[in-house]
Amino acid sequence: MADKLRTQQQLEQLQARYVGTGHADTTKFEWASNIHRDSLASYIGHPPLLAYMSLGMGEPKEKVRAMFLERMIQPVGKPPAVED
Amino acid sequence: MATTSSMFMYSLTIQPPTSVTQAILGQFAGTKEQQIVTASGSRLTIHRPDPTQGKVSTILSQDVFGIIRTLAAFRLAGSNKDFIIIGSDSGRITIIEYLPAQNRFNRLHLETFGKSGIRRVIPGQYLAVDPKGRACLIASAEKNKLVYVLNRNAQAELTISSPLEAHKPQTLVFALVGLDVGYENPIFAVLEVDYTECDQDPTGQAFEEVEKSLVYYELDLGLNHVVRKWSDPVDRTASMLLQVPGGTDGPSGVLVCGLDNVTYRHSNQDAFRVPIPRRRGVTENPERKRCITAGVMHRMRGAFFFLLQSEDGDLFKVTIDMIEDDSGQPTGEVKKLKIKYFDTVPIASNLCILKSGFLFVASETGNHHFYQFEKLGDDDNEAEYDSDSFPADPTEPYTPVYFHPRPSENVNLVESIDSMNPQLDCKVANLTDEDAPQIYSICGSGARSSFRTLKHGLEVNDIVDSELPSVPAAVWTTKITRNDEFDAYIVLSFDNGTLVLSIGETVEEVTDTGFLSSASTLAVQQLGEDALIQVHPKGIRHIRADRRVNEWPVPQHRSIVAATTNERQVAVALSSGEIVYFEMDSDGSLAEYDEKREMSGTVTCLSLGEVPEGRVRSQFLAVGCDDSTVRILSLDPDSTLENKSVQALTSAPSALSIMAMPDSTSGGSTLYLHIGLYSGVYLRTVLDEITGELSDTRTRFLGPKPAKLFRVSVKGEPAVLALSSRSWLGYSDPQTKNFMLTPLSYVPLEWGSNFSSEQCTEGMVGIQGQNLRIFSIEKLGSNLLQESIPLTYTPRKFVRHPEHPLFYTVESENNTLSIATKEQLLNDKTVVNGDGVRLPPDEFGYPRAQGHWASCIHVVDPVTAKATLQQIDLTDNEAATTMAAVSFASQSDETFLVVGTGKDVTVSPRSSSAGFIYIYRFLEDGKELEFIHKTKTEQPPSALLAFQGRLVAGIGTELRIYDLGLKQLLRKCQAQVVPNLIVGLQTQGSRIIVSDVQESIIYVVYKQQENRLIPFVDDVVARWTTCTTMVDYETVAGGDKFGNLWLLRCPQKASEEADEDGSGAHLVHERQYLQGAPNRLALMCHFFPQDIPTSMQKTQLVAGGRDVLVWTGLQGTLGILVPFVSREDVDFFQTLEQHLRGEEAPLAGRDHLIYRSYYVPVKGMIDGDLCERYSLLANDKKQMIAGELDRSVREIERKISDMRTRVAY
Repeated sequence: MADKLRTQQQLEQLQARYVGTGHADTTKFEWASNIHRDSLASYIGHPPLLAYMSLGMGEPKEKVRAMFLERMIQPVGKPPAVED
Repeated sequence: MATTSSMFMYSLTIQPPTSVTQAILGQFAGTKEQQIVTASGSRLTIHRPDPTQGKVSTILSQDVFGIIRTLAAFRLAGSNKDFIIIGSDSGRITIIEYLPAQNRFNRLHLETFGKSGIRRVIPGQYLAVDPKGRACLIASAEKNKLVYVLNRNAQAELTISSPLEAHKPQTLVFALVGLDVGYENPIFAVLEVDYTECDQDPTGQAFEEVEKSLVYYELDLGLNHVVRKWSDPVDRTASMLLQVPGGTDGPSGVLVCGLDNVTYRHSNQDAFRVPIPRRRGVTENPERKRCITAGVMHRMRGAFFFLLQSEDGDLFKVTIDMIEDDSGQPTGEVKKLKIKYFDTVPIASNLCILKSGFLFVASETGNHHFYQFEKLGDDDNEAEYDSDSFPADPTEPYTPVYFHPRPSENVNLVESIDSMNPQLDCKVANLTDEDAPQIYSICGSGARSSFRTLKHGLEVNDIVDSELPSVPAAVWTTKITRNDEFDAYIVLSFDNGTLVLSIGETVEEVTDTGFLSSASTLAVQQLGEDALIQVHPKGIRHIRADRRVNEWPVPQHRSIVAATTNERQVAVALSSGEIVYFEMDSDGSLAEYDEKREMSGTVTCLSLGEVPEGRVRSQFLAVGCDDSTVRILSLDPDSTLENKSVQALTSAPSALSIMAMPDSTSGGSTLYLHIGLYSGVYLRTVLDEITGELSDTRTRFLGPKPAKLFRVSVKGEPAVLALSSRSWLGYSDPQTKNFMLTPLSYVPLEWGSNFSSEQCTEGMVGIQGQNLRIFSIEKLGSNLLQESIPLTYTPRKFVRHPEHPLFYTVESENNTLSIATKEQLLNDKTVVNGDGVRLPPDEFGYPRAQGHWASCIHVVDPVTAKATLQQIDLTDNEAATTMAAVSFASQSDETFLVVGTGKDVTVSPRSSSAGFIYIYRFLEDGKELEFIHKTKTEQPPSALLAFQGRLVAGIGTELRIYDLGLKQLLRKCQAQVVPNLIVGLQTQGSRIIVSDVQESIIYVVYKQQENRLIPFVDDVVARWTTCTTMVDYETVAGGDKFGNLWLLRCPQKASEEADEDGSGAHLVHERQYLQGAPNRLALMCHFFPQDIPTSMQKTQLVAGGRDVLVWTGLQGTLGILVPFVSREDVDFFQTLEQHLRGEEAPLAGRDHLIYRSYYVPVKGMIDGDLCERYSLLANDKKQMIAGELDRSVREIERKISDMRTRVAY
């Protein structure tokens, strides 16, 4: 039993430290949001990738950066309603 | 490990990326002078702006082998030197300093805080420092923020604390800035959004109501921890923060820049808000709101102002008025915020205002600009808007304000620094019939885009070009006395006479110089203190200061065939093969040595070195004979003219020059013997200063004419001017001290000499035909010359005319009014006078409109006219996407230009209402295009290619073969071969290589008999392909959107099966492998060069060089991949690379091997850029590595330099 508790604690610690660490009940929404946020953070973080996208969109880099950050707030739409 | 491969390539950068991710300003050298440090890709560069000349020059550029994301400069209190903090992808914070004496960066601290790579929660995205240099905050896009305390120890060295955490989970950071609080506890202002609620609320209401807040994080220096001190909601659209001066200078706080407004915020002050003025004009949408994309604060003598740049490039000057007390002193309480239009400059990624009154604009696209301030917009008629007229609450409405953009009044462009960012396509071709091909590339965006021609060469500054009465054979310049600063005479030798010109205000002939004018001249030299020497075929004329002339006559029936001189020695070779040697006595007279030496053959050339400092003579005389040898003779009084060493050559030497040059191997100066051959080959050999041994010969081919060598001086360093069918300059690279040999972008010269006068202190004089030319070389830093032809919109693709030296570009611009719409608006009768002003688009951009496209096709002549010849504008909101030159077999092989366009295109998510394929006929040798017809397609064609006398087009996921009909294209065959979108096509034989936007490459075979397209090989990895080229029939090289380069090869068996005769039934019925094609491609090489490859081509770059893969990157990179021929070389470079990884660890703390394996482990590739850092190592490290490799340092350096010079520049 102690082992199980420890595993549980370790997992919680991981989840706190590394955003996006999943658990047994990860929903599709959580998973997809996490993936999208990771991707958007990567687009912002890699200067050539941001330049490539801003060129394609015909907008300045700073605007595209802000746009992607805004999208990170809710990348895949509203969360599903919780069923009781 | 998977790093071994049967194929190895050597990756080299020819031109580093030129886009600037970030630029910072500081006194990095520890002097009063400010420098600019820029990050471009993985490169850190320090520039020195020269306020007197208004120029920016590069001092040092270093590849850090990591992605630099942010930079910050800071200074410890009481110090006068700025340090640099680098936020990179290494998961570490790096603090470096610049050491001006050694011209290198020195790492002071490297602290690990997280995983490497660019991740959502690993800090490195944002970096801010306390203005007093006491702490820095490094943050990630989400959650993590780390504060490091910076201090100094008893030895005045910089110390860094362990990190203090200020994490807040589920919080996004939009902007981050250090607050100016004087010497109170450091505070950092952060623009945050907490999305916890949004993730929980299924109604979406939380998302609607989500707030953006300005949060102050205070570092309590006493308690050594960070607290969230203050938080207040701000405008939802805000995305940028700017520091407002505090302490005695100002009110402290921040400017929050959002959509259409700029707000002043601080914890103890009211908010003040001004709108961002919008452009007025008929072509402008009055409802369009702008946001601020860049900004800079500048303080001067107690005052300060901001320059904010909107997305149109307009600069606005923002000032803050403070409430004054009774005595008229500002109280630190804000009264109002004011904004007014300042000027328009290109959209910047960073703005830097220098104390010397300059503005550096690190442009987002295109050339970087360096401006000088004329005035600060203090007393012009520009309307100023202040916060009194606008509500501070971001939700309250207000009337927008407008301004009229106008040509710049306040800043004046002084220098435009070439930048090829973004580079969208490139072709290497030899259109001018020179010996080396040129690089043609399309780069830039919007109205600042250009077509560029790159040539290997040094820029030459032509000063004088004057015609002479007849064709001279040679030219020299000379001083009159040793202490003269400048040359006094130009001596010209003709076939039957000599002409002396004096250098002064004007250049005119003089006759009373003592020079013999009735004979040609072989050498001229200023000898000893104040004498002159003229060597002519019949003797040596020694002209003393008092115009007394001593003549040494040649023995009877002989003449002088070659001569060499320096300031104390003279050696001549007679027609009999004898060498006569003279040395200057203590009384200044020339004494002939008794020892004579008869050479076996005819002497063709001689050379004496310069007299080394503190010596009386140069130790060696080099003698070149027509038996294809060079001999080194000793000039030591004990062994005069004795043989020291011999070198055999491939052809008779035509010129020799013994010269000391800076050398990277020894770190100091090394004596070299430069040899020019009649065959046009140039050799450089190390001449041992003691034994006279010759070693380490390096060879280069200059041109088919005999090579002539001249000792010149460029930028205070000795250099060798080598003349053949082209003029070359051999010099040491200013940064690496490596020897470089670069052609001059100048007329071919026949003779050259150093030239120094008051007007031109460091020039050269040369003869070209009957002309005398004086020129100078200013820049040694870059050996690629650029020529630029402006284009109209962002270029997308270009093709070459199959025969003529012409190019065709397709250009398109998103969210921009097309010319037709613009004209219609401008010519509208209701236009109020003054609103219809037309401003040059290259400065002001195009009028923008959501969903509109402007697009055109250009005919570009980069060779003769150096301009665009024809522009075809597309109408109906169509945008050109791709093009190809296709010869149709059905039209008796006539070549047509095929252009693909899309109508009403939306980039993301991808959609359009239709696509078209336009056919144009080439008229007047391709100088004009004639429209034939267009064919509608359901989607815009994204790739076009000529294929077996027909056209193959990639339309969405379909591959189609078209033939040319009278009214439209006729569809002959089609197949769905890729899952997403075809972005590129390549062909050889009946094989078509199709690249998908997301799913790598698919090989397709066309079966004539059945008229079928059958895919037969695909890839295992999803590569987001950007460009491909066929290296051979089986192999494809390509690049992807994440910045990888790779080579893929089709299995031999699959390749053969695909080409089997007959129908493709066996291919069609072959069993699919894992729902893909029956076969899989094998990865041969993989490499991460950081920049996104945009084009690839297999070609050669230098005359006589091997084929290499030339690739170009979006950020302006030019790189090559050189195939290795022997396994030994691979082993050697692999070991060298491994040693260098350890000894020369990347500056920003990124592990080199992991960096180059960013997405996929590096395979079959040697990083040449790392290997080339060998020459910059300290001598003991070089020796150590050389010892490990069982070779000498010189050998290793030679191998490294050969890898480059054999195939590239």
